[in-house]
Amino acid sequence: MSETTVAPKTPTLPEEWREPLIWLAILCTLIALFVPLAFLAGDDGVAKPLRTPAGLCVILIAGAVASVRFKGWFGDILLFLSAHVTAGILLFMLPAYTGAAGWGFWLLLAGSWLLAWQVVTRLSDRRLNGYKQTLLDLAIPILFGLWLLLLWEMIVVGAGVPYVLLPPPSQIGARIAESLPLLWADFQQTFLLGVLPGYIIGCGAGFIVAVLVDKVPFLQRGLLPVGNMASALPIIGVAPIMVMWFGFGPSSKIAVVVIMIFFPMLVNTVAGFAAAGNMEKDLMRTYAASYGQTLSKLRLPNAMPFIFNALKINSTLALIGAIVAEFFGSPTVGMGFRISTEFGRLNTDLVWATIAVAALAGSTFYGLIALVERRITFWHPSARG
Amino acid sequence: MNEPSLKEPDVSEKSVIQIDDLSLIFETNDGPVHALSDIDLSIAEGEFVSLIGPSGCGKTTLLRVIADLERATAGSITVNGVSPEQARLNRAYGYVFQAAALYPWRTIDRNIALPLEIMGLSKEEQNSRIAKNLDLVNLTGFEKKFPWQLSGGMQQRASIARALAVEPDLLLMDEPFGALDEIVRDHLNEQLLKLWEKTNKTVVFVTHSIPEAVFLSTKIVVMSPRPGRVHDVIDCNLPRERTLDVRETPQFLEIAHRVREGLRAGHSYDD
Amino acid sequence: MTTDAMASPVSKSRKGLMSRALSGTVLPVIVVVLGIIAIWYVAAISMNSTFQRSLDARAEATPSTVEFVVSTLNQERPVLPSPHQVAENLWDTVFNKKITSKRSLVYHAGVTLAPTLLGFLMGTGLGILLATIIVHVLSMEKSLMPWIITSQTIPILAIAPMVILVLDAVGIRGLLPKALISMYLSFFPVTVGMVKGLRSPDKMHLDLLRTYNSSTWQTFWKLRWPSSLPYLFTSMKVAIAISLIGAIVGELPTGAVAGLGARLLSGSYYGQTVLIWSALLMAAFCAAMLVALVGLAENWMRRRMGEKAEAGS
Repeated sequence: MSETTVAPKTPTLPEEWREPLIWLAILCTLIALFVPLAFLAGDDGVAKPLRTPAGLCVILIAGAVASVRFKGWFGDILLFLSAHVTAGILLFMLPAYTGAAGWGFWLLLAGSWLLAWQVVTRLSDRRLNGYKQTLLDLAIPILFGLWLLLLWEMIVVGAGVPYVLLPPPSQIGARIAESLPLLWADFQQTFLLGVLPGYIIGCGAGFIVAVLVDKVPFLQRGLLPVGNMASALPIIGVAPIMVMWFGFGPSSKIAVVVIMIFFPMLVNTVAGFAAAGNMEKDLMRTYAASYGQTLSKLRLPNAMPFIFNALKINSTLALIGAIVAEFFGSPTVGMGFRISTEFGRLNTDLVWATIAVAALAGSTFYGLIALVERRITFWHPSARG
Repeated sequence: MNEPSLKEPDVSEKSVIQIDDLSLIFETNDGPVHALSDIDLSIAEGEFVSLIGPSGCGKTTLLRVIADLERATAGSITVNGVSPEQARLNRAYGYVFQAAALYPWRTIDRNIALPLEIMGLSKEEQNSRIAKNLDLVNLTGFEKKFPWQLSGGMQQRASIARALAVEPDLLLMDEPFGALDEIVRDHLNEQLLKLWEKTNKTVVFVTHSIPEAVFLSTKIVVMSPRPGRVHDVIDCNLPRERTLDVRETPQFLEIAHRVREGLRAGHSYDD
Repeated sequence: MTTDAMASPVSKSRKGLMSRALSGTVLPVIVVVLGIIAIWYVAAISMNSTFQRSLDARAEATPSTVEFVVSTLNQERPVLPSPHQVAENLWDTVFNKKITSKRSLVYHAGVTLAPTLLGFLMGTGLGILLATIIVHVLSMEKSLMPWIITSQTIPILAIAPMVILVLDAVGIRGLLPKALISMYLSFFPVTVGMVKGLRSPDKMHLDLLRTYNSSTWQTFWKLRWPSSLPYLFTSMKVAIAISLIGAIVGELPTGAVAGLGARLLSGSYYGQTVLIWSALLMAAFCAAMLVALVGLAENWMRRRMGEKAEAGS
């Protein structure tokens, strides 16, 4: 990226000293030594402060110093180990300190997080070749995501946040594991019976109408602004009406999905058909190509990036539409139903489990379409990279 | 679009393109623009004719009128003895654009197959024509590459192969090498000349480069702008077999000088 | 090339008013909108006819076709209210009620618009901030950007009600929770758009500033920020529309009594279809106004930056 080449700074500190994250981490650790790690209730019921174990601090500081000393892979590995061994030990001790964590705990957590961040920073600056870079580019966000989960777990448990408000990821994970059949039934109801048929019908209808109005420029000029407008409208508001019309079953969800995704598909397809270059169109004219030939050999392939753009936007819209429609009425199964009823019963972990499934379904759906897109629009400059 | 009333074309046996009193007026928001005014031009079979002139002289427009991409508003024009529209429907010509205009989702061989698919030729016929024309432009071995994997010069060669695959007697080229650098352009000029000799086609070639026009042509049409018209027609009787060295000969320089004079004169009462 | 300019289609020529109206967008849009209204009427007649027939049967009336059609279009609680019924209700609740009255649709729209705008402003600010950090800090880009993109694929709107309820339980009520939802929804498009925008200056422009030895900060204000503005406005149009949707959906679960979402909900509880449709149209009107407002700001910005403003195309 060009960012690294912009604006060289005049050096004020020797290279190896300029690592503010490291210094901040060491500072956190040193303070942690003098404040209690946690307050544990003694035999008499009075909370007694627990000293922060010096060993943990040593691990962190050793890692930090090592990273200043060794700049290569060796330093990275030491840094990685010290951050994650500390975090791992904290995680291991966590159940004992539920709601009782003290400043020492938080400072050590911050220290190890800063070191982990330093690892990420160093890895981001690495340039590898071929698949190794791909792996690295995959590893960095995964590490980031894992730390998010870790911080979530530590903060919720350590600070004693009521589970009803926000359950820790471990509990959500356990809940997913034990209620798989239920989640699967919800997924079937919402995704397989609502989202998928609605998605296919909606996208198909948008595409077919785009082809139909293609020969009528007058209608196109009218439909394009209206369609663009419609994409900005809170169409999701038709959900209660559709539930009234089509009942609580999947057909009302399908209707909501179709209405939500019809216009994005129409607008993108029309724009895609219009996007063919003048020279390319003239070329077809010199061949005396028929309307159908120009459509199938030039304008349709040329419109593919636009069509896939709509397919991707719609994959998310469809899931939202189906879930929100269930808030207005559904049989006693379905992801939207689960979210609203289980929340009413204060089963927050099941709500989060459902959200996790929805997130997984949403990103998998999107990912699959993006994968097909890469296969079909491989020639487009944005895909060539 | 209102059809211009074309006069009865006077068909001459040998001429491939016959243009009489041809005018084209574009209606724009700033009033009418006389893109072409009273053009008379006759191009015989096997000729290599260059249209040269400054920007806005209508040379590309004239080529587009021949290709039926633009319609004349007055005068008559025939291509192969018929109207340009009929000639286009007969697939009488191959057209090479300023850019290669290859479809990025098709490999080179599929790009060349494009007009053949549209004409509805059989698979075998398509394949044999692809192989033959790729060979003509020295691109054998690049069949399975995508256009964006090739250099600009190779892309333009592929687009010439695509135009040739139609097997037309007439080749219309609109500044085909304009976007390429000088060295590649010289090389392609030589190749084009060889190709022209081998296939004996009629070529109409738009350019704004004097050396290119003189080097390639048997006839140079010097055009001038506002209104776009033919200023001079120069016969260019250099030997048919020529190499780039011909550009150093006095004969070449003399013709080039005449073309330059013509361009200058055409410009003088404009600016 | 002049030749290209000359090759412009004939349709741009000076022609009569009629043909100019045909080639513009105003007339086609009017035709399409009229078409939609016509389809609406037909649908209203056909969808309400079943109930009307049973009504007539009960009243033992034998209406003529015209009478029948008229009565399908004027039912008390139609399956699909006719456009004029909705228009009447809109007129009544917008103009004939005091703005402070709970029966005024303007009041409800205001209740929804306040969190929409607040959330939109917060979301845009957050988005710009995040994009700036992402563009300047490589490790942030590598670790955060994939998640931001992935999170776009998650049905965030579906958990909006939950967020409201959780915040309610913590004691945060009123404007802020809905605004937070709007913010959450609107910061994504702004972040992604701004990352693109701040990256949009080409290498040559960046290199030019490098030859001036300009600082990162100077490069940002003199080059990156101005060149990102078109992207900012494009994504702000998306953001403000989605902000409104967020605020409306945010009203659904709390049993809110005020706001367009609350109107939708109460309409669906009591089978007041006319109420739902007029709330829907009001929401659509608000969305159009909000997007148009951002568009106006965009045109103003373009003029200030010396570009030709896009003429209402």
